[in-house]
Amino acid sequence: MTGQTSAPGIVTRDVCKSFGSHLVLDKVSLTADEGRILALLGPNGAGKTTMVRILSTLISADSGSMQIAGHDVVTDPDGVRALIGVTGQFSAVDNLLTGAENLRLMADLRHFGREAGRRRMTELLERFDLTDAADKPLSTYSGGMRRRLDLAMTLVGEPRVIFLDEPTAGLDPRSRLTMWEIVRQLASAGVTILLTTQYLDEADELADRIAVLDQGRIVADGTPAELKSRIPGGHVRLHFAGPELLCSAAALLPAAAPDQDQLVLQVPADGTVDSLRELLGELHEAHIAVERLSIHTPDLDDVFLAVTGSHVTGRLDEDPTLQGVAQR
Amino acid sequence: MTTVAYTLSDSRVMLRRNLKHQLRYPSMTLMLVGIPIVFLLLFVYVFGGQLGAGLGAHDGRAAYLDYVVPGVLLIAVASAVQGTSIMVAMDMTGGIIDRFRTMAIARAAVLTGHVLGSLIQTLAGIAVLIGVAFALGFHSSAGPLEWFAAIGILALFSFALIWLAVALGLAAKSVETASNTPMILSLLPFLGSGFVPTATMPAGLRQFAEYQPFTPVADTVRGLLTHAAIGDHAIASIAWSIGLAVVAYLWATRLYNRRRAAEPK
Repeated sequence: MTGQTSAPGIVTRDVCKSFGSHLVLDKVSLTADEGRILALLGPNGAGKTTMVRILSTLISADSGSMQIAGHDVVTDPDGVRALIGVTGQFSAVDNLLTGAENLRLMADLRHFGREAGRRRMTELLERFDLTDAADKPLSTYSGGMRRRLDLAMTLVGEPRVIFLDEPTAGLDPRSRLTMWEIVRQLASAGVTILLTTQYLDEADELADRIAVLDQGRIVADGTPAELKSRIPGGHVRLHFAGPELLCSAAALLPAAAPDQDQLVLQVPADGTVDSLRELLGELHEAHIAVERLSIHTPDLDDVFLAVTGSHVTGRLDEDPTLQGVAQR
Repeated sequence: MTTVAYTLSDSRVMLRRNLKHQLRYPSMTLMLVGIPIVFLLLFVYVFGGQLGAGLGAHDGRAAYLDYVVPGVLLIAVASAVQGTSIMVAMDMTGGIIDRFRTMAIARAAVLTGHVLGSLIQTLAGIAVLIGVAFALGFHSSAGPLEWFAAIGILALFSFALIWLAVALGLAAKSVETASNTPMILSLLPFLGSGFVPTATMPAGLRQFAEYQPFTPVADTVRGLLTHAAIGDHAIASIAWSIGLAVVAYLWATRLYNRRRAAEPK
C-alpha cells in the first residue's frame, strides 16, 4: 500500500486456539484495513467460525494479539463490543418477536432515544425491504428475510467493523446477490468487513483481500488477483464415443490432454462462450463428433491444490475432473 | 448515563422482552397457571371430604379448603418456575444470546430480565389462584397486613426458586431436560405440610417433611391467612429463601459466564 495508510480495522498476530488437544487455530495473522473487505476462505472445519467467535469476544484465544479499530479484544472487550456487529451463520433473531420488535430491541440495547430508535428502525426496515413484514411474527419469514433481518439488527448500532460468518450459506441465488450488494454498500460507506466463505467466487466478487485458511493455518493471503494468478485456469472436458475420435481430436488440439481410458480430452479454456464456440467450430469442421462436454471453472479446491498441493481437507468435492488437474 | 443507569435500562429492556415472550407463548403461560387450579379442584372436591374429616372439623371439605390453599399456592410457584427454566433453556439454545454477548450490554441484564419477568408471572398466577380459592368458598381471617406479609413471604420464596430455575435452565443441555428437572420442585409441597399435616407421616418421611423449605413457607402462609400458630416458621422461611436465592444466584451467574468459553458446535 502506498501513500497515507488508514488505521487498520482488524489486526491479529499469531492467534492460537485449541479445544482440548485439537489445535483449531495455529498462529493466525490477519489484517483488514479500514473500510475494506477481508475474506476468510476455507472449507468446513478450517477454523473460520472459531476465528470470528474469538474476534467478536464470544470466546477467548489461547494466545496472540488482536485489535479491532484500535481496541484490544482481550483487555477492552466492551470497547470492541461497542464498535462491532456480528451476523453468524445461525440466525440470531428473537423468534417470538416481530421484525420491528427485534430491531427495536437492538435500538434499546444500544441506548438510542425513543425517537432516534424509531427513525433507525424505519430506515433499516425500508433498506432491507422488510417494511411490509415489519409487524408479522418471524415464523412467517422466509430464510432470506430472516437473514436480512439478522443483518439489519447487526447494523442498528452503526458498527464500524462487521463480522459476517458465511452470510450467504443456504440462501437462494437471488437472496445471495442481494446480500452481496448490501455488503458492497457497507464497505463503500467505510465499514470494515471480515467475511468467511467456502466459495471462491464469493470471495473474488467481494473481497479486497483473501486469506485462505486450512486446518487452522493461513496458507495464502493476498488480493484476489494475486491468488487467482496462482490457480490453474479452467478447462473443458470433451467426451467421445470411441478411441479413434479421441485420437483425431487430440491431433487437432495439441494443447489438450487425452485420457484413453475414459475417452476424454481435457482442453484448457477460460469458459467464455466465444472460446467455446471456436473450439466446437473447429471440431465440427474436422467432422469429429463430440458426445458431450463439461466445463470446469476454478473453485476452492483448485485454490487448495495450487497453494497447498492437496485437496480440500474438510469437504472433499466429488468432482472427478479434479484428478485430471492433479495429474497435470 | 452511568453504569448503574445502563444496567437498569438494559434490564428493563430484557424484562419487556420476557413479558412479550409470555404473551406470545400463551399455551405455556396458561398451562402453568392452569395446573395449580386443577390441583385445587382435585384436592377439594375429590379428596377434600375424606382429608377434611381427618382434620377433625365438622364440615370437612370447607376446613380442608382453608387448610390446602397455601399448599396449592406453592404448587403454583413450583409450576411457574418450571416455565422459567424452559424459557431460559430456549433462550440459551437460540442464536440471540450470542448476539447479546457481542454487544456492550450490562452483563446481568439477560438473567435479571428472566427473573423479574418470571416473578411477575408467578405473582399473577398466585393472584388468579387466590381468586379461584375465594370463589370456591375459601375463608380467611387475615387483614390487609397479614395478606401483605403472606404475599411477601411467597414472593421472596418465588424469587429464590426462580433463580434456582434459571440455574437449572442454564445447566440443562436441552429444553426437554430444562422442562423435566424442575418437576421435582412440584413434588415438594406434597412431601411437606402443603396438603396434610406432617405429624400424620411415618418417621423418616416426617423428618424430611419437617426440615425441607416448602414446609415453613406453607405453615407461615397458612398461619397468616387462617390465624394458625406460626412460631419460628416465618424466620425459617425467610432464611431458606435468602439462602437458596444466594446459592442459586451464584450458581446461575457462574454457569452464564462460563458459557463464554464453550466450544462452538
